[in-house]
Amino acid sequence: MSPALRHMRYVLAENPVTAGAFVGFALLIALALFGPMIAPFDPLASDTDIALQPPSLAHWFGTDHLGRDILSRVIVAARLDMQIALAAVALSFVFGSLLGVLAGWYGGGIDRAIGRVVDTIMAFPLFVLAMGIVAALGNTVGNIIYATAIINLPFYARMARAETNARRDAGFVEAARLSGNSDARILAAQVFPNILPPMMVQVSLNLGYAILNAAGLSFIGLGVRPPTPEWGIMVAEGATYIVSGEWWIALFPGLVLMAAVFCFNLLGDGLRDIIDPRRRT
Amino acid sequence: MNAMLRGLCLATALATCAVPALAQSRDETLLVVVESGTNSLDIHAVGANPASYGVVWNIYDRLLSYGTKTMPDGSLSYDHTNIKPELAESWKFTADDEITFYLRKDAKFHDGTPITAKDVKWSFDRMVAVGGFPTFQMKAGSLEKPEQFIAVDDHTFRVKLLRKDKLTVPDLGVPVPIVLNSELIKKHATEKDPWGLEWSKLNDAGGGAYKVESWKPGEQLVLARYDDWKSGPLPKLKKVVIRDVPSAGNRRALVERGDVDLSFDLPPKDSQELAKGGKVKVTGTPIENSLWYTGMGVKQPPFDNVKVRQAVAYALPYQKIMDAVVYGRAIPMFGGPATPTKAVWPQPSPYNTDMAKARKLLAEAGFPNGFETVIHINQGVASLSEPMATLVQESLGQIGIKATINKVPGANWRAAMLKKDMPLFIDTFAGWLNYPDYYFFWGYHGQNAVFNVMSYQNPEMDKLIDASRFETDAKKYEDQVKGFVKMAWDDVPRAPLFQYYLDAAMGKNVQGYTYWFHRAIDFRSISKK
Amino acid sequence: MPVLVSLVLRRLLGALPSIAAVVVVTFVLTRALPGDPAAYFAGPAADAQSVEEIRRKLGLDKPLPVQFLAYLGDLAQGEMGTSLITGQPVSADILARLPASVELTLCGLALALAVSLPLGVAAATRPGSWVDHMARVISTAGVSLPVFFTGLLLVYIFYYLLGWAPAPMGRLDLFASAPTTITGFYLVDSLITGQFATFRAAAAQLVLPALTLGLFALAPLTRMTRASMLGVLGSDFIRTARAGGLSRGTVLVTYALRNALLPVVTTLGMVFSFLLGANVLVEKVFAWPGIGSYAIEALVASDYAPVQGFILTMAIMYVGLNLMIDILYGLIDPRVRIEA
Repeated sequence: MSPALRHMRYVLAENPVTAGAFVGFALLIALALFGPMIAPFDPLASDTDIALQPPSLAHWFGTDHLGRDILSRVIVAARLDMQIALAAVALSFVFGSLLGVLAGWYGGGIDRAIGRVVDTIMAFPLFVLAMGIVAALGNTVGNIIYATAIINLPFYARMARAETNARRDAGFVEAARLSGNSDARILAAQVFPNILPPMMVQVSLNLGYAILNAAGLSFIGLGVRPPTPEWGIMVAEGATYIVSGEWWIALFPGLVLMAAVFCFNLLGDGLRDIIDPRRRT
Repeated sequence: MNAMLRGLCLATALATCAVPALAQSRDETLLVVVESGTNSLDIHAVGANPASYGVVWNIYDRLLSYGTKTMPDGSLSYDHTNIKPELAESWKFTADDEITFYLRKDAKFHDGTPITAKDVKWSFDRMVAVGGFPTFQMKAGSLEKPEQFIAVDDHTFRVKLLRKDKLTVPDLGVPVPIVLNSELIKKHATEKDPWGLEWSKLNDAGGGAYKVESWKPGEQLVLARYDDWKSGPLPKLKKVVIRDVPSAGNRRALVERGDVDLSFDLPPKDSQELAKGGKVKVTGTPIENSLWYTGMGVKQPPFDNVKVRQAVAYALPYQKIMDAVVYGRAIPMFGGPATPTKAVWPQPSPYNTDMAKARKLLAEAGFPNGFETVIHINQGVASLSEPMATLVQESLGQIGIKATINKVPGANWRAAMLKKDMPLFIDTFAGWLNYPDYYFFWGYHGQNAVFNVMSYQNPEMDKLIDASRFETDAKKYEDQVKGFVKMAWDDVPRAPLFQYYLDAAMGKNVQGYTYWFHRAIDFRSISKK
Repeated sequence: MPVLVSLVLRRLLGALPSIAAVVVVTFVLTRALPGDPAAYFAGPAADAQSVEEIRRKLGLDKPLPVQFLAYLGDLAQGEMGTSLITGQPVSADILARLPASVELTLCGLALALAVSLPLGVAAATRPGSWVDHMARVISTAGVSLPVFFTGLLLVYIFYYLLGWAPAPMGRLDLFASAPTTITGFYLVDSLITGQFATFRAAAAQLVLPALTLGLFALAPLTRMTRASMLGVLGSDFIRTARAGGLSRGTVLVTYALRNALLPVVTTLGMVFSFLLGANVLVEKVFAWPGIGSYAIEALVASDYAPVQGFILTMAIMYVGLNLMIDILYGLIDPRVRIEA
């Protein structure tokens, strides 16, 4: 067993919460992959005769205002929500770390210019910026992803810049440079792999944030198109039924949404423990 | 401790007034919650929103108004057949083309200046000059030019008629033709803004039964009774507080728990359940001359084919919408006789959910396998339009029409309507003045007004509509109305769904709530006991 | 301190390009909004001609660069235009609503701090224990909840079912009158003027929305406290202090916590500006008359001026806040020099 794996097992054994998060993450991925196959009902089929029914044996999570099975909708929605979160985070990770690495590596004018861009994004109220982008470009899945990616970009850029900067003059970088490697090669082969671990923590935390962001956009009517099931929209729709006592419409998607974000956050924490050299004893 | 008790303690501590006096003031104060409040105290101002209709209704007087009648279910409604005096004590046709109004001699504006015919003339000149909605609404009653309005003396006002229009007198009782304090506003008029709209938008220049005590836009409006009001019996309520509460759930909870007296324009599900719950009184009145419908752009293929439109009309899930979207708080507008029997609008269309017929029609039209299209809805009314669109989409899918739903932001809906490029859409339209020809003139006529979103043009129908607008013979009018309604059924550019209720929930002690065509609350008739 | 003043000035100058970029981006973004304000405000029965009329009145018929210059000119005079929704000047609207948002955010932050500091310290002193795990789960759960969902749930439970909380309808219930405006914070104003009943009413209205926001702020603050405490506790000077026989409490509070606060303060500033932007949703749920709900409404109506005004205000506050944090940083830790 390699030391890294042994360390991982150690951390997981020591920290049951992280182990739980890994299991949850696996479950989410499974839902996203196989959701449509395991959903007991057609998530889009309405049946107004059984609208607004509380949880029962036939419909474990109850039915919504059009008589659709909430369990099926929650399951099928996993794919779209994971897509939004993963795509948005991947975009901001790629572009953010690229900008950050360049800024941290070259410094000077490039650093200042990139820093300016990042500062400008940060100076916006981020959620409102996302709202504005989606409102201006139209509420499609693609635009929700772009908006979420843009508001997350500064976190990666800053982090990548700081981490790169710290390693610019490190011994292994110096060695690579002396053996005649080009800048691009050093960045790709030496610097990037080294800054990857701390970035992964950010990625996992951001996945949760991306889902919340999409849900928030749905709540103010800037979500994906109906009748596509999506957790945020389901909570937003269900929210109007809470006062009249139909709690299950918002509660179950809300719980799943929360569980997913919770899982990503714990996962981020867990990853941090795993890669934190100070704990590697 | 509940909010009311806390409020009592609080007010006692603040005002150090005796509890009985306070209890009495609670009886004379009405607390109202609305989704969003007014943005203007003047309906003539650019961009005045629908909430402003209710404000001007209460703080300004018009020359005349409408009486009230009791509906079959015991609720009160305005009566469009009974026009009664407000600022004008009486009026009569003094010539064939001339109406003379005799104003009350004792009426005063809120600042104490007497209301004269000069103010009336200035106000009328203003609304035909400012453009936009007020000018448009007055045009509907053939009130178009300043030369038509003459101040004969201080208390006599005359209107010259451009043509004989049955809507002229009724149009004077809508919220637009208010009488403003002309001297007061002129002081604040500028060269750029000769009618003082910027000032009157933010300030009360009226002489109506209530005056504005305080206003925080987006938060709350407080109206206080104007004790010197002469144009009607003094209202019972001394104070009205209108608070904006955007969340429908919160509005429902507030009225259900008795923290507020009246919640207005409720979602249908809340109305249905509150009415069943019995804690509060729910009054619902079908909105006159209004219709929710599925519209089809007749210039957008394949909806240019009447068979396609009929197929869609037969494929709509009418009853499902009644049950799951409006919860029975509407009158069904489907499954009626093949030819109209009465000269009224709206009335049930002959269409019903009949998938076999829909498929057959679609095949005859040359689309046996359906086609792809987009359903447009107004996100501003998403709580109704979105579930409707979802059901319609599913239902159309069964006859092979694959539709996606496009939510148009509320701000953009008007622009989308003006563009007239939506193939399939769900919308509503209501006319203030309760005449079928009025509805058809705006909604179906070939003049292609903004509300004819379908771009429907049929010269035959136009002829009937035009004739009926100025028809004086009752029998002929009836035939004309039945005629154009029949055409609307056969050509079906819009498939009627239902006539919606205007629902208000109020405490059991609230009396005198009356339905008005402008869908705002008249506080003058309300009392608490 | 002339050094400090010049540093502050230099920092402010340095922030100008960012603010300028925000102004430009916001202008472009708002013009790209799909709504046509002219059609929206032309009223229910406008024809194409009256829409054009309104467009001219609003100055929207001019080319974009001209509109932008006009906007800059207004800004230079401190004018942010007029909101079409409320009919008021945007600057007046924002001034009237900003205190509501800031008061709510500060209260939420205070609640979060009251929980997260002890929680973070406890977790750091016993890493890996059940306290540590609990702290992690609680704070993570807080940040995992969609704020609008939490808000609605709290309203349902505490107002609708239990009746403990007042009706969710803004800063005061219907019977209370607002205190005389001094700072705009109802809590502060009512105390200054001695209106204790108003204070109670305002505080009661604040509890649920502040709790909703506070839950959200719990995670970053607890995390940062824990991490920073862990770092400090492992450092040499703490070991020295312990070895010197100082009591556990003294070591924790006087030595460790004081030094651990630095990164917490930085996080606090970030969280504050984040919350201020994020509380748009909370404001919507609680009918809170703050600038967030104002911005949403304007955005939905394509009402340009308030959206621009809101974003600009937030950007300026963000810059100011960062500066304040840097200064505060210097005060807590004299070793840190403010860099220009």
